[in-house]
Amino acid sequence: MKEEIIIAGFGGQGVLSMGKILAYAGLMNDLEVSWIPSYGPEQRGGTANVTVIISDKAISSPIVDLYDTAVILNQQSLDKFESHVKPGGLLIYDPYSIQRKPTRTDINIVPVDAMDATIALGNAKGYNMILLGALLKLKPIVTIDNVLKGLKKALPERHHHLIPANEEAIRTGMGLVK
Amino acid sequence: MELDKIIDPANRVYSRPRLLDERTMHYCPGCSHGVVHKIIAEVIDELGLEEQTIGVAPVGCGVFAYNYIDVDWVEAAHGRAPALATAIKRLMPEKAVFTYQGDGDLSAIGTSEAIHAANRGENIAIIFINNAIYGMTGGQMAPTTLEGQKTATTPYGRRVDLNGYPLAISDLFAKLDGTCYVTRQAVHTQASVRKAKAAIKLAFQNSKANKGCSVIEIVGTCSSGWKMTPEKANKWMEENMFVKYPLGDLKKEC
Amino acid sequence: MNEEVRLMKGNEAIAHAAIRYGCDGYFGYPITPQSEVLETLEAEMPWETTGMVVLQAESEVASINMVYGGAATGKAVMTSSSSPGISLMQEGISYLAASELPALIVNVQRGGPGLGTIHPGQSDYFQSTKGGGHGDYHLIVLAPSSVQEMADFVALGFDLAFKYRTPSLILSDGVIGQMMEKVVLPPFRPRRTEEEIRQQCPWALTGKKGRGRNVVTSLELDSAIMEKNNERFQRTYREIEKNEVRYETHHTDDAEYFIVAFGSMARICLKAVEEARAEGIRVGLIRPITLWPFPYDEILRITEGSKGILVAELNAGQMIEDVRLAVHDQVPTAHFGRMGGIVPNPLEVLEALKTNFVK
Repeated sequence: MKEEIIIAGFGGQGVLSMGKILAYAGLMNDLEVSWIPSYGPEQRGGTANVTVIISDKAISSPIVDLYDTAVILNQQSLDKFESHVKPGGLLIYDPYSIQRKPTRTDINIVPVDAMDATIALGNAKGYNMILLGALLKLKPIVTIDNVLKGLKKALPERHHHLIPANEEAIRTGMGLVK
Repeated sequence: MELDKIIDPANRVYSRPRLLDERTMHYCPGCSHGVVHKIIAEVIDELGLEEQTIGVAPVGCGVFAYNYIDVDWVEAAHGRAPALATAIKRLMPEKAVFTYQGDGDLSAIGTSEAIHAANRGENIAIIFINNAIYGMTGGQMAPTTLEGQKTATTPYGRRVDLNGYPLAISDLFAKLDGTCYVTRQAVHTQASVRKAKAAIKLAFQNSKANKGCSVIEIVGTCSSGWKMTPEKANKWMEENMFVKYPLGDLKKEC
Repeated sequence: MNEEVRLMKGNEAIAHAAIRYGCDGYFGYPITPQSEVLETLEAEMPWETTGMVVLQAESEVASINMVYGGAATGKAVMTSSSSPGISLMQEGISYLAASELPALIVNVQRGGPGLGTIHPGQSDYFQSTKGGGHGDYHLIVLAPSSVQEMADFVALGFDLAFKYRTPSLILSDGVIGQMMEKVVLPPFRPRRTEEEIRQQCPWALTGKKGRGRNVVTSLELDSAIMEKNNERFQRTYREIEKNEVRYETHHTDDAEYFIVAFGSMARICLKAVEEARAEGIRVGLIRPITLWPFPYDEILRITEGSKGILVAELNAGQMIEDVRLAVHDQVPTAHFGRMGGIVPNPLEVLEALKTNFVK
């Protein structure tokens, strides 16, 4: 098993932390993981992306050209990464901030109305977890239990009281995908 | 007293300090460095700090200070002595740590390290020899060179429109919260040597007791660089240097 | 507890490994992409536990000179920075080498020259392996290609530095510094006591007790003595070259072609090798771990008679000079490089291999 994932959007949308939680969940699942962000000023408002690789074997390159899965949160990222999804791969995107929809026919494209669900949920910080839930529903690479354990590792202790809200967001995201 | 009594060791009232090396110093006749070295050697001995003192030597005429005072030394890159002293003192807080720096080393190339070490309140003693000139490299202008003073690089005298103003850097040290003791002294008379020695002693005590940063500026002469006899240099210093760099404590909170 | 698997950035691993090694002092200044080293140390507050000193200096110049002062006391001291900051440190590094002081320096490289970019680069290879500052000296240069090696090379770097009384450099880059991977941190070691330092480092400035004064200096005006000093340094370097060459190979046994790469680039090339092999191209990877001493003889032995060597680096062609020296230009070599912070993917490396050699 090897899953090469790109998560891309605006800085502040929780792109890097979504990747981090996924990586920690991989760790809890006893898998090999790598997490590599775009860094620097991009973290503060520009586009941000993170590559997460989860594998049952040692990971050679943490940097790849083609991805099994892309989670896309804005138009720039869609424009940049749509062509980098492997044939037969998965592209998840939130239509809320997309004007030009993806057009590929050789990949599985799943729109997830994460922003609408976030507003309905009333938890602005749950946005990335809703998308994570959708991803895990479509590709159960790690268990929910391990995501929750990963959250515990990824979050500083003072934020542990937020874990139930995150779990709710993840389950909401899972519910958005049929 | 008869001559034979005078030279009888039992009657000796003055001698080379125990921690001052026997070798001949490389300093020019009339230079202030030798006197300051002697004072430091006496102070370390009197405070019983021979085994607990680390000195940091500069680049400049004082570069070979480590050859003359018999304690552990490290020789720093030009201007960086306070950075070295910072680490040494933080790693060994029980030691007495001092830097020995000239005006080029401390107030030109090393201003940043000196100001920041002082501002952090590093528990070190900074011994700063201000003779208003670069001695070792042949008498060029220093930041402390006086207006109108002739040097190798201000052959017609320092012009403030070209070279800026003489820098009274100890005034800056006195303003910093991290310093506990800032004083300006000289070593050209018996009385001034005694005062300078008391100041250096207090600085070493402050370092040992972790009271903050002490800066002891010694306004000194450079007869070679100034191109004067030692006697004339002392007079010129009194008449000119002491005007811009008046002696006395600038700050004493210890 | 000691064997716990953690997930962290390479920069964070450096900080944790330093604390666990029993490092006595860290002196540094923030610069992207390595600031997490200082940030992690400040957050961990090791002065409360191991007694390690951590200080944010006013500049890289001050940092390296704090390291110089600290190293003179026989303590295990270190700094970290990224390319422009490492350039500022070169004077101090030269002094450390000339004064035969052990210390650890970490360079999490970004693309240059000048202020350059904050994104990854390997363009400080020449600076790191050929000197960097003034004078005839070398640093022991370790090039980690994983977060685990970031952690492991802290101890290795310090141990080698103390063994040979010369500074070690961990030459990393923005990829390895910023990426998170699994890492097993080394067990805690106690910091050395002053008594142990007195015994193990009789040259150290510990206070003139029971011995004559110690002086640490790089200055010697007598040219005859200074030449002798240089000859001593060179003897040490020959000794290091004899004992400390480290490298790693993948798929080299039956290889017709070779890729030589270090650090993050070696990871990318390993995947390129796997993809090439899937296409039936017999290519192997040689990863120098010590960039100085460089595995000249080993590269010659492994690649002798092969059809070509691709040297892949995040620069315009630096390590390739050493590879060409290694094979005496008897094997065809070609360079693949990206610059300015661009990190290529494995397919680009594979393309370069095909374009140059696999016709």
